[in-house]
Amino acid sequence: MPATDVLRLERLAISELSGVELTLAPAEILCLSGASGSGKSRLLRAVADLEPHGGKALLGDLDQASLPAHEWRARVMLVPAESHWWADSVGEHLSQADPADLKALGFTPEVLDWQVARLSSGEKQRLALLRAISREPSALLLDEPTANLDDATTRRVETWLVERIRERGWPTLWVAHDAAQIARVANHHWRIEGAELAEVPTWT
Amino acid sequence: MDVIQLAWWQLALAALMVVALAGCTAAMRLGMSRSLLIAAARTVIQLALVGLVLEALFAAERLVWVTLMALGMLLIAGREVMARQKRRLLGGWAFGIGTVAMFLSSFTVTVLTLTVIIGPEPWYRPQYAIPLLGMMLGNTMTGVALALDRLTDTAWRQRAVIENRLMLGQRWQEAVGDIRREAMRSGLMPMINAMAAAGVVSLPGMMTGQILAGSPPALAVKYQILVMFTITLGTGFGTLAAVAVGSRRLFDGRQRLRLDRLSAPKA
Repeated sequence: MPATDVLRLERLAISELSGVELTLAPAEILCLSGASGSGKSRLLRAVADLEPHGGKALLGDLDQASLPAHEWRARVMLVPAESHWWADSVGEHLSQADPADLKALGFTPEVLDWQVARLSSGEKQRLALLRAISREPSALLLDEPTANLDDATTRRVETWLVERIRERGWPTLWVAHDAAQIARVANHHWRIEGAELAEVPTWT
Repeated sequence: MDVIQLAWWQLALAALMVVALAGCTAAMRLGMSRSLLIAAARTVIQLALVGLVLEALFAAERLVWVTLMALGMLLIAGREVMARQKRRLLGGWAFGIGTVAMFLSSFTVTVLTLTVIIGPEPWYRPQYAIPLLGMMLGNTMTGVALALDRLTDTAWRQRAVIENRLMLGQRWQEAVGDIRREAMRSGLMPMINAMAAAGVVSLPGMMTGQILAGSPPALAVKYQILVMFTITLGTGFGTLAAVAVGSRRLFDGRQRLRLDRLSAPKA
């Protein structure tokens, strides 16, 4: 069943950014861009409650502060630009992986037996996305989810991600650099300029 | 007991040989004759002072003095635990966690050993209490320092892994679990190795001393076994407690990894 909760940020403040007000409807993708060092990643980290910050974040009626932090993060899941793995094999990180998802990302189920040490950065990135969504979150925070991928794979992963987001109804905050990608996936596009967050018109 | 007396001039002969060694190292430009001589001098001064203190302590045989001496030893051990960590918890936590962990484990085990197992009269009799506690603290200190150093240093290096695990919705205990186990293991390892090698590779110092002092080897062995066990208990529980509290302190109330609570290593 698709999620129906809205992700809302109220006067969220982290480092230079302050008073961030955003509302993301279910299945809505909001792309976030800005110069490197402008605080995109830290904003995502604040939404996931990984850094001390001001203001509020809400998922539906649930206040971030009202839930134990690990439960909030299990719902509002952040996928960082660079993934990290702690066990030896891929399968130990991904207990239930849908074969259809594996196929869509260009893997066979044997990937679960692979050693993490032999994964390329692109493979790690795709598997990290799969690892995150296999935990069934209620909202997604994606930090440059296709940064280490070639063009063809980028399109493939993008299509798969957008499909899943629409199907499961996850409100999604997606940090992206590439204008073409933003045009393809975003319902809304906001840009960080200095200490301000400003909406950029899109054609959807 | 018929121990052969040692006169100071006899020690001076041994000291002369240390000076000869220092001469050799100087000739070979190892650059350590100075620290060798200073360390040798410190041994003489520190042990002579402790000898005086112990003489007074043994003569008085008062609980207050034994307790004061024990507390002094504990505080110095706590300082040492702190000094041996590369990245230590700020705000007195490095000292506090180490000291409290050693206090809980070493003191409890020592008092239990004295009252329940050895049973001298009175139970705090300094001949038994002080050497026992000294050996406990010396070893517990090593274990706790190793474990805390391992914990904070690994957490620092593996920051990204820990945070990625948090992002996936794991509790802090789970996210730092591997590191915590690793740290506890490194604290316990020296004692396990020492027990495994005891008597085969090394003759433990306490037993050697007791035999030199004229007690029958069978009795010395029993005391050594008791001491090894109590040291293991003290080190083990001290390490477990220190790592449990130390790892909790790496996270805040919202289960965020707070490496800003660690000091930067000295260059």
